[in-house]
Amino acid sequence: MPRIAITVDGIKHEEDVEPRLLLVHLLRDRLGRTGTPVGCDTTNCGACTVMLDGRSVKSCSVLAVQADGCDVVTIEGLGANGSLHPMQQAFHEEHALQCGYCTPGMVMAAIDLLRDDPDPSEETIRRGLEGNLCRCTGYCNIVRAVRRGAQEMGQAVRTP
Amino acid sequence: MIPAPFDYVRPGSVEEACQALAADEDAKVLAGGQSLLPLLRLRLAYPSTLVDIGRLPELSGVHDRDDHVYIGAMTTHDDVLRSPVIHGACPLVALAAATVADPAVRHRGTFGGSLAHGDPAGDLPAVVLALDAVLVARSARGEREIPAAEFFADYLETALEPDEILAGVRIPKLGPGWGYHYEKFHRTAQAWAVVGVAAAVKRSDGGIEEARIGLTNMGATPVRARAAEAALRGAEAGDRVRAACEEAAADTSPPADLHAQPDYRRHLARVLTHRAVRTAAGWG
Repeated sequence: MPRIAITVDGIKHEEDVEPRLLLVHLLRDRLGRTGTPVGCDTTNCGACTVMLDGRSVKSCSVLAVQADGCDVVTIEGLGANGSLHPMQQAFHEEHALQCGYCTPGMVMAAIDLLRDDPDPSEETIRRGLEGNLCRCTGYCNIVRAVRRGAQEMGQAVRTP
Repeated sequence: MIPAPFDYVRPGSVEEACQALAADEDAKVLAGGQSLLPLLRLRLAYPSTLVDIGRLPELSGVHDRDDHVYIGAMTTHDDVLRSPVIHGACPLVALAAATVADPAVRHRGTFGGSLAHGDPAGDLPAVVLALDAVLVARSARGEREIPAAEFFADYLETALEPDEILAGVRIPKLGPGWGYHYEKFHRTAQAWAVVGVAAAVKRSDGGIEEARIGLTNMGATPVRARAAEAALRGAEAGDRVRAACEEAAADTSPPADLHAQPDYRRHLARVLTHRAVRTAAGWG
């Protein structure tokens, strides 16, 4: 059984994994990071989106062995010192969730799209979130939240 | 679902990867995994071994060569989109790559993987076909060049032998005067193309000197719209271009599925080809 080294939300782990173990199952069932849900199981919904070496990926479509040596950030690794990440806070403020199932993936995808455009238009946000499905909100509040989160994150960079 | 069990090897070189494939006829190459892992999870594929070529730097990257651009098979769609060389020398590749699935999938999915998968609904196969690209395969027996026109054999089947790895693709530079467009029709943002049209058009004197058109999801393999290409030669903007694009579905056998019947796909091919050609020619 392959042994992998993986950093998840800043904590280093070494795990023996079956080759067929999906990254999302490693995160949830072995490392207890249940903040990342399994949604569709067909690479469509994006609920399981995490950062893998700084890029958004659907963790149901990556084998744990493929993440050997990599740095993973889940929704649970975003906040610091008991506070929400500005993007999480913006989702809260703008009522960008109802059932909340898609929210971890939405937040990760939203942060990812800001890497290319820190001040995205509505169109850019909608394109950036193409791989994340929400069946409750109709997306309008999510788009608003991402704009607000982007502004807050921009502020945070400028504030010493 | 959980995939069925398989062995996993991560070779340190292309040679080792070729040896691993040659040693086990049921082994399968794992590239970005964005097509293969869903198949494994749905238990539609049962490889004995996955040969993970994801950490072989020699298979990645975009290289500007004299008369062509060489795209390493493991170059991700995202890296394709970030390549100034591709935007400059073969923008049709970028136009189509931008429509593949969604950002997270484009971070993992690879240019070569989407070709080796051989799905006629994929966006890149029609592009390499339209551009007359050459696909470079490696095996323990050496290197082999396969013209795009001979690469796609059937539904999810390519000319690659079981022990061959797609190493990269040569995209010929077409030079000045060419315009490009990829027109994709799909029902939801990240869905496969119901039909897609990859068009490269060379204009001269207000008309079309040459057109190359690849069709996505109009048969068991990507196909060239040869009749439309012939009819477009020498056509000037307006009714003759429209009439030429009416030939786009000639000699095709489009599939029937949940999204569309063959006659609707033929209709789409004609309409989308007209749009793609007009946009590529700068008349959009």
